Amino acid sequence: MQDPEERTKRQTSRRNFLGQALTAAGTAIAAPTLIHQATSAQNMNTTQTPAPGEMAVTLTVNGKPRSLTLEPRVTLLDALREQLGLVGSKKGCDHGQCGACTVLIDGERVYSCLALAVMQEGKAITTVEGLANGDVLHPVQDAFIDNDGFQCGYCTPGQVCASVALLDEIKRGCASAITPDLTRAPQLADLSEAEIKERLSGNLCRCSAYNGIVAAVQQAAGQQPPAPAAAMLLTEPAEVLV
Amino acid sequence: MKNFSYVRAASVKEAVQQSGANQAALFIAGGTNLVDRMKVFLDEPSHLIDITRLQMQRIEPTTDGGLRIGALVSNTAVADHPDVRRNYPLLSRAILSGASQQIRNVATVGGNILQRTRCPYYYDTAFACNKRKPGTGCPATTGINRMHALLGASDQCVAVHPSDMCVAIAALDAIVEVEGPRGRRQIPFTDFHRLPGDTPERDTNLEPGELITAVVIPPLPFAKSGVYLKLRDRASYAFALVSVAAALKLEGDRIQAARLALGGVAHKPWRPTEAERFLIGKPANTATFQQSAEIALQGAQPLAYNGFKVELAKRAIQRSLTISANGGGVA
Repeated sequence: MQDPEERTKRQTSRRNFLGQALTAAGTAIAAPTLIHQATSAQNMNTTQTPAPGEMAVTLTVNGKPRSLTLEPRVTLLDALREQLGLVGSKKGCDHGQCGACTVLIDGERVYSCLALAVMQEGKAITTVEGLANGDVLHPVQDAFIDNDGFQCGYCTPGQVCASVALLDEIKRGCASAITPDLTRAPQLADLSEAEIKERLSGNLCRCSAYNGIVAAVQQAAGQQPPAPAAAMLLTEPAEVLV
Repeated sequence: MKNFSYVRAASVKEAVQQSGANQAALFIAGGTNLVDRMKVFLDEPSHLIDITRLQMQRIEPTTDGGLRIGALVSNTAVADHPDVRRNYPLLSRAILSGASQQIRNVATVGGNILQRTRCPYYYDTAFACNKRKPGTGCPATTGINRMHALLGASDQCVAVHPSDMCVAIAALDAIVEVEGPRGRRQIPFTDFHRLPGDTPERDTNLEPGELITAVVIPPLPFAKSGVYLKLRDRASYAFALVSVAAALKLEGDRIQAARLALGGVAHKPWRPTEAERFLIGKPANTATFQQSAEIALQGAQPLAYNGFKVELAKRAIQRSLTISANGGGVA
């Protein structure tokens, strides 16, 4: 375990780093996008009269009401990224196949790329930006760092949100397709490697950092995760190879 | 995606009226299939009617000991309902075998039933497709068709129904309750979906403007031994090559009643009723299960690339019946 000071050091965000790096490089292509995000972030709480084909919508994101005008065809993912400047949720496939856009809606994990923003009024939306408590990371975020649960990091916000929901689902007794006995509630202590893989199958990692991701979930579940070298050797139990 | 106007319906009656008044209107609930379809221009509604606030969100026991599942109950909520987990484990496992938790959390029962085929030729608007544009042809019949139908197909369409949940619901002889411009009616689940024939553009017998309001699952005590076996190209989050829902009622080693349904092999969840009938009165052993599987696949017409699914389906049936005969569990 790290000391609190080291935890705080981690707060130098990848986004800040990227922003600085891009500014330094004077990237002509990326700059308008960043300016657009900054502008829309400033305007995000000003209610405008909807243009033809648009609607006024108030979304509750990470505990705060955000008033927007948008076309009904705008997905929740695009509203979060393009209008609210919350670019943690990633656009991978945009077809509900990769999981990079995963957010929590009323505590349950959802693909924000397949959700229309106008349909989310009155619901509590939590993105990866809303998981940490100030400067203190969510235990699942810490577990991903401790266990190398990523390489490039693009799928990580979705993996983290999905893992947060996964642990909550176990606490609520939710079953999976490979739960041995449906009449009993699964327990965090019994959460097997095979169960973690099945329950996270809706999130792809093209770097294939799956062993680290599984180890991170094991740690966050209160289990002893394998040592980093041993994590490379995690094996598929025979029962899922039928 | 083309833009559209959007309205939230306040009641089933209002939703049905709004739909009837607009030919280019569609209902939306979970949206996990529809929004994706709209993104690739398979559907281009000018108007969406959001039905998610309607009162069709409950699972209630019926007076005869079955369950009435509201059309808006999420796939997750059905799979995790204590009565479903205890009394209809094949339905729980079928749902949990499909999609991912993120999809199941918002996908509804009504929407799952109405999801459309994932045939790649249907999904890619650069290809001809009789289902998407009647009369243009079916490239799947001569193309890469390893995921396609073995049973009940036509020269017009060889697509398969993609749902896992529907295979279990077909085995359970459920009833679909619908409400439309001409009132309410009930449709036996096995009559709900259609074979392609000469009208592959029609997946179901739902009339224009009709809305699914509930699915009623009759009581079936031996469903506790029910099994759902899904075989696919990867261990999770993939559509079935072949799937089987099965349940047996035994008296000693004799089979008293049997339910069998297949997924991934036809344009609708497939009930091999002759194979079911064959099982009645027979000893529950490997020879019986093998013969039943042979009967189930008797009419199979494999295509160039899906011939392997015939043997796969037979062995999946045998395995499912064997596990059910032993009390059920993970298949």
